[in-house]
This record gives sequence, structure tokens and C-alpha cells, in this order.
Amino acid sequence: MPTSPSDPHDLVVIGAGPAGLAATVTAAGFGLRVALVDAAARPGGQFYRQPAPGLGAARPEALHHSWRAFARRTARLDAQVAAGRVHHFAAHHVWAVTRDPAHWTVHAVTGPDGGQGRAEVRARHVLLATGAYERQLPFPGWTVPGVVGAGGAQAMLKAGLVLPGRRIVVAGSGPLLLAVAGSLAAAGATVPVVAEASGYAGYARAPRTLAVNPRKLAEGAGHAVTLLRHGVRLRSRSAVTAVHGTDRVEAVTLTRIDRDWRPVPGTGLRIPCDALAVGHGLVPQLEPATALGCATRRTPDGTWALVLDHQQRTTVDGVWAAGEAGGIGGAELAFVEGEVAAYSIAGRGVHGSLRRRRDRLRRFARTMAAAHAPRPGWTGWLREDTEVCRCEEVTAGRILDAVSGLGARDTRTVKLLTRAGMGWCQGRMCGPAVARLAGGGGPAADRRPLACPVVLGELADGQG
Amino acid sequence: MTRRRTPADVVRAAPGPAFEIRFDGRPLPALPGQSIAAALWAAGVLSWRTTRRDGRPRGAFCGIGSCFDCLATVNGRPNQRACLVPARPGDTITTQEGHGHADLTV
Ligand SMILES: Cc1cc2nc3c(=O)[nH]c(=O)nc-3n(C[C@H](O)[C@H](O)[C@H](O)COP(=O)(O)OP(=O)(O)OC[C@H]3O[C@@H](n4cnc5c(N)ncnc54)[C@H](O)[C@@H]3O)c2cc1C
Ligand code: FES
Repeated sequence: MPTSPSDPHDLVVIGAGPAGLAATVTAAGFGLRVALVDAAARPGGQFYRQPAPGLGAARPEALHHSWRAFARRTARLDAQVAAGRVHHFAAHHVWAVTRDPAHWTVHAVTGPDGGQGRAEVRARHVLLATGAYERQLPFPGWTVPGVVGAGGAQAMLKAGLVLPGRRIVVAGSGPLLLAVAGSLAAAGATVPVVAEASGYAGYARAPRTLAVNPRKLAEGAGHAVTLLRHGVRLRSRSAVTAVHGTDRVEAVTLTRIDRDWRPVPGTGLRIPCDALAVGHGLVPQLEPATALGCATRRTPDGTWALVLDHQQRTTVDGVWAAGEAGGIGGAELAFVEGEVAAYSIAGRGVHGSLRRRRDRLRRFARTMAAAHAPRPGWTGWLREDTEVCRCEEVTAGRILDAVSGLGARDTRTVKLLTRAGMGWCQGRMCGPAVARLAGGGGPAADRRPLACPVVLGELADGQG
Repeated sequence: MTRRRTPADVVRAAPGPAFEIRFDGRPLPALPGQSIAAALWAAGVLSWRTTRRDGRPRGAFCGIGSCFDCLATVNGRPNQRACLVPARPGDTITTQEGHGHADLTV
């Protein structure tokens, strides 16, 4: 019988996005006692981010597609929480997961910014559903206020109903850009252009994958219609190569780029705007997983994701993963993987149809990753004084010095020589860029000692 | 001129009454549930920190708690991620300069 949250649970799920939510309600439906731990105040993750209750949104679904899939699961979650089968630990930031002989302990700090206290949750199985964050590639002026992550703009819009400006250029690569541009325009911003660094030919080369994923095509078409309606222009093979303004964005330079993302000289076009939303795809968030020793694999777009078997098991016994942590694939795939993981954890056979859906969506994800993978020519838009590491203010010039002058060959050495990636964010923003400048094809999956920042006092307390 | 569409229109928001926060001494409105970063964006404020080395302005970038660009001093406590911390009536936010004399608070 479930009693208090301090008793070991059958399963602890880290992350309440689509993957963690689906896993939680499915596993609890099988009778497992589940602890759901998430940094946010409310479930939904990055995709189903909702306005805070105080904002009184009558139609939160207007900023989302497939809201019903979410509403159905949150209704189940509410019922399971009320029945005591699920404990939802909201506003809990997990900073470590440790193993005792009998169970796992998830260590968290509490409060909106993790400064309020600490908590421990114990369970026999762990599911990592930690999602992703945005991949950023630096360019001159990307630290000027008004330059924001594309996903960040989306997150601030969905949660706080705010925009970073009125005339917002959207740039980078990946399907998220279309969704972001569509929401910004629908919310009243003028979006003069969406600049996609890749072409769309990559999709055409995978006709079978497209044919078996009609919902994905419909999703893309839906975004296209929204953009048309708001008069947003889409330019492929273009990138923002400079931002103008010192205290805030005044304009950007949009440049044509070749297949390898090298700027084509003489094609720069100045576009006045007061904000730029930029991002180059997503990167799996792996901290708790790599700290546990879960093996990683290289994805088609050069980043790292967890190695998972057909039941969503990681290479560490007792630890499963679902959603973006196993490779970027979108909310629908995250839901499906969460369910598959729950079946496996509960010791039930995964049905064929569920597994086939997962495999089909995974194939689409691979096509997508390959189509939008950053190409090496992007370094052509860096200048000597372009900041690469935002936290430690390390420029491209200093990193290239460490590489060519001091012989650094990998991220770790560059880090030691320049402090790039050693600041507050621990390389979350500059990691992919630094790795490429260091000459490696991509960063090795980082091992950060702590999955989120912890007040040192909290650690010291833990010794007592 | 017709009124411009706003994010609140899209979701038909009827927020609770706005309250006041202060940013560098200036009173600004905030809506219940908004993060400090959201309230500042709504007021057209995009930067509330200057960097340690070059003193350059910064504000919210990633919007989800990963980048730490949005650090602010909130009610005297430095190094608070403004994109995560909800605004509360009477909050005093000051531009955080350099490391915000952090007592190892991050
Ligand atoms: C900023 C951003 C905006 C996005 N916007 C869109 C969009 O508009 N449209 C779209 O189609 N896709 C969007 N995506 C992609 C979308 O998030 C994914 O497709 C989908 O949400 C994947 O679900 P998930 O469950 O794997 O992860 P997520 O939804 O990312 O959920 C992960 C959850 O884990 C929690 N978490 C992570 N680490 C910890 C920790 N250490 N401690 C506690 N909790 C933790 C997070 O708080 C989060 O709630 C966005 C992604 C990002 C990063
Ligand atoms: S905006 Fe990145 S941490 Fe707040």
C-alpha cells in the first residue's frame, strides 16, 4: 500500500514532459507506485508549457497543437495523484541520482530556482525523461539583448504571454523555427523572415519515411499555412551572420549560405528588427544519465543521445529513458516512448502496434536530424572577437589560439586553456560550438558533476 | 489605428489584477504568475545584468533555466534566474553587475 512519499516507490520518473507524463500514467495504471519529479511547477515539459493559473488563460490550447493528447493524460495524472498512486514532486530540480543495494535515490533541490530546500525520493526503478535544450551556434552580436533562443521565445510566450519585441526575425535551423515563427506572428509580432540554414531537400530524399508519417507532414503543412496567413517569408539556405546594435537589437544581417553553410560573399541583406529568435535544433539533456554511466551514441546531427534498447532500457540496469533524452524526436514520439518504457518497467509485453509507431516516428526523427544537421561552414561567419562562451566571455579568437597555437584537440583541453564552458551554464550553450572549433566532429557527451546548480550549503548539509 | 493583437488575446487571458514590482528603482507592472523575466519583457526591458569581464548588458536568452544569462538581484539576493522565479508584489529587482558578489550562491 502506498503510504508516504518517503517510502520507496516502484518507479521514479525524472521529467514531466510528454515522455515522463505518459510513462507515469501508464505505469500507475498498471498498479505501480510512481514518483514524478520535475523542475517546473506544472506538468507538460517544454512542449506543453502553459500560462500560469494567475494569467487566467481561457484557451491555453491556442498556443499548442495536439492539446487533447496532453489533457487526457493530465486528467489521468490528477486522478492518480488524488488516489495516492502517484506523488508529483513539482519544482524539484534533480541534481544527482545515487544507487544503494536495494534502490535508487534521487536527490533534488526545491523551489523555482532551487534555493528553498532539499528532498530525496527513493525507488526501485528510474526513468529518465529529461528532454532537451536548444543548440546554439554563435555569430557576431548574438549576446546583444533582444537575441533570444527560438525555443526560449516560445517558452516565454507560452508561459508568460510575452514577446521579446514587436518585429522579430526567426533564424537557425530545424522544424521548431516554423512553430516558433507561427506562434510569434499569431501573438501579434511581425516576423519579417524565417531564415533556415538547411534546405528542405533532405526530406524529399526519404519519401518512404514521409509516406508513413502523414501526421508529421500535416504538422509541417499546418505551420506553412499559419506562416502564409501572417505573410511570413521563409528563406532556406540563409543565416543571420551579424546582429546590429549595442544595448539592444536594431537590425540583423541575413546572408545566403552554401550547402556547407559557408556564407556567400556579397549576399548580406540588412533587416531592421528589434529582436531575433535563434536556434539550431535541440540537444538531449543527459546530465543525470551520463553521471550514472549510461552509454551514449552519436546522432545523425552530430550530438549525443542515450543508447536504448527496444524496451527503452539504458545500458545501466534498472534505468530506462524516454523522449528527447534518447534522441530528438518531438512530443508525439515522446508520448509513445514513455508508454513503451512503462510497459517494460511493469514487466508487460509491449504491443507490436505501439512498438511500430515508435519505430516509424524514430525514422522520421532521423530524417529530420540529418536534414537540419549543422554543416561545418558555419564557422565562416565567426569573427575573431565573436563571443563563443557567453558565461566566461571567451571569443572565437581565443579558442582558435588554443587550438592552433597551443595544440588543444578536444573540448576538455580548450576548456582548461580558455575557461570556455566552465561558467554558470557549464557549457550547455557553447558546448557544441566549442567542440567543433576544437576540431572534433562533435562534443563527447559531457559529464557534469551535478545535473543542476546546487547551493554549496546544501551539499555540506548532506554530509551531516 | 487598430489595436495590435497580443499574446493574451490568443489564449483569451483574463489575468488577475496587475501588481507593482520595482526594477532599478522604477515601478513596473507585473501579472500574477509571470516570471520576473516575463514581467520585464512585458515592460520592454530586455537586459538586467552586466557581464563580469566586459560589463556588457544581458537578459533572458534560453527562457528555460539553462543559460544563466538572466541572473538578477532579487530583493537583495544575487544570482537568481529571472526566467524561473515568479514575480511577487513588491519585489525589488536590481541590475546585477559582474558576479553579483555571489557568496557562492549558484
Ligand atoms: C525551449 C524549448 C521549446 C520548445 N518548444 C517546442 C514547440 O513549441 N513545439 C514543438 O513541437 N516542440 C518544442 N520543443 C521540443 C519539445 O520540447 C519536445 O519535442 C518534447 O517536449 C519532448 O518531450 P520530453 O518529455 O522528451 O521532454 P521535455 O518536454 O523537454 O520535458 C523534460 C522535463 O524534464 C524536466 N527536467 C529536466 N532535467 C531535470 C532535472 N535535472 N530535474 C528535474 N526536472 C528536470 C524539465 O523540467 C521538463 O519538464 C521545445 C523544446 C525546447 C527545449
Ligand atoms: S534565460 Fe536562460 S537561465 Fe534564464
